[in-house]
Amino acid sequence: MLVLIGVLLVIVGFAIRLNPLLVVTISGIVTALLGGMSPLEILNAFGSGFSSSRSVTIFVVVLPVIGLIERFGLQEQAKALISKLARLTTGRVLLGYLVIRQITAALGLTSIGGHAQTVRPLVFPMAEGAALRRYGTVPDKVREKIKGHSAAADNVGVFFGEDVFVAVGSILLITTFVDTTYGLHLEPLQLAVWAIPTAICAFLIHGFRLLRLDRTLDAAVKEARAEETAAAHVSPAGGMA
Amino acid sequence: MINVESIYWLIGLLFVGWAFLIARDATHPRRWGSSAFWGLLGLCFFYGTAVEAKTAPAWVLGIAVLVLVALASTGLLGDGRSKTTSEEQRTVHAGKFGNKLFIPALTLPVVTVIIVLLAPVLKIGSTPLIDPTHTTLVALGIGAIAAAVVGVAILRPKNKLAPVFEGRRILETIGWAALLPQMLSTLGILFTQAGVGTAVGTLAKGVLPSGSLIAAVVVYCVGMFIFTVLMGNGFAAFPIMTAAIGWPVLVQGFHGNPAIVFAIGMLAGFCGTLCTPMAANFNLVPSALLEMKNKYGVITAQVATGVPLLAANIALMYFLAFHHA
Repeated sequence: MLVLIGVLLVIVGFAIRLNPLLVVTISGIVTALLGGMSPLEILNAFGSGFSSSRSVTIFVVVLPVIGLIERFGLQEQAKALISKLARLTTGRVLLGYLVIRQITAALGLTSIGGHAQTVRPLVFPMAEGAALRRYGTVPDKVREKIKGHSAAADNVGVFFGEDVFVAVGSILLITTFVDTTYGLHLEPLQLAVWAIPTAICAFLIHGFRLLRLDRTLDAAVKEARAEETAAAHVSPAGGMA
Repeated sequence: MINVESIYWLIGLLFVGWAFLIARDATHPRRWGSSAFWGLLGLCFFYGTAVEAKTAPAWVLGIAVLVLVALASTGLLGDGRSKTTSEEQRTVHAGKFGNKLFIPALTLPVVTVIIVLLAPVLKIGSTPLIDPTHTTLVALGIGAIAAAVVGVAILRPKNKLAPVFEGRRILETIGWAALLPQMLSTLGILFTQAGVGTAVGTLAKGVLPSGSLIAAVVVYCVGMFIFTVLMGNGFAAFPIMTAAIGWPVLVQGFHGNPAIVFAIGMLAGFCGTLCTPMAANFNLVPSALLEMKNKYGVITAQVATGVPLLAANIALMYFLAFHHA
């Protein structure tokens, strides 16, 4: 039970907003010492942990091309394109992306999107472009909210899409673990099929929230404008675009 | 054969290249600390190959990783805000290139998917051209190179290395968060080795009232959720909660359909992934990448989906996995 102190350290460290790298490292060392590991074993664990997890840093390879097309105005072009489509609101842009992301992930095409590949260069600028068309200018607080929801649409789509595809890591982990531990013979396809009800629920819940997002943003823009006008001591400018 | 190690070497090469650019940038506010951080990180990607092959000791890499953490957490790492085009220039460029700008962005997924689909038949003699165990990673690496080449061909930047310069700009806005996902995965390994999993499993068993199906389903799903929040991914939570409750209580005790119990149990864990800073590559790297002021802003947007979806999973498991008399 003593090893749970390490978990507590993580929670406290994140809560008081220390640098997460430091929190994770210290918690790892403390937990390992409490668990009776020697300093050499701990260093070995850090080393082999790093080398075996290099795949999560794969997003780095797409930074050059994304940076290049940003330099030549990709985000501006994405905004301009969306602002021509009058019916597209921020919520509907993100709903569209959620649909695409979930379906492609269910077909096994998880690498088609991602935060570096699609969210930063395309999805967020389009969502912001729709907001610019609706509000004229976008207050910082609202922009922040749109950023959060752009990344969220990607995560929800990929998490609850990928498990419908049979050859995904989590499905294979389940079958290997239960087959070797309990002597079962589960087919990946059986598991993938039973991921469908949750996938549908995820789409309904998140899709509903995205449809309501426009109203939330309307209210947030109004509030931010009221604050601005109050701060500037100017009489309220009436309705908004 | 193009194996996944060559992709890691590509990443290492990029980091070392960026460290070099930073070292040459006299206006950088944290010139030497930043250059040392990214350069050492790059070298770690090369050295990792030898560690995986068990031809070099892992503790050397362990020390290097601790040095990286020290550099990042003592404020020696900073954003050099490297030069790029202004918003006005970008608008002019966007007007000039129009929708051609999307071609490199689309080249990336298209090339990646084509390679993934073709990989099983691409062979030289009887050796596959692409490492069959890591097809997606290798395909993404090749796709990224192809997209950069297409980008340079279409946009014709004055300096052909513009993608490398611009990549550095984005990397520096991400900063130390780029290393966090790997550190969290190491933490997961240390937690497991130190027995955190067994301790949590014992706790979960302790709170379970005997004989109630709905209580067992709730403890299994909520346990998957909480444990995923703590560990950052459902993969670490699954073996522990399944050994504690999923298998002995839900499948053996209440005769639940194992495929349904395990599939939905894992997805209950995924709801936790939406709500935790421990899942750095999904929740913290994007907020850095999008240059958000609040680094927990992505999680804030996701909690209201994660929690109701957990409830939905509990209901789905209760009604679908068991024969109700």
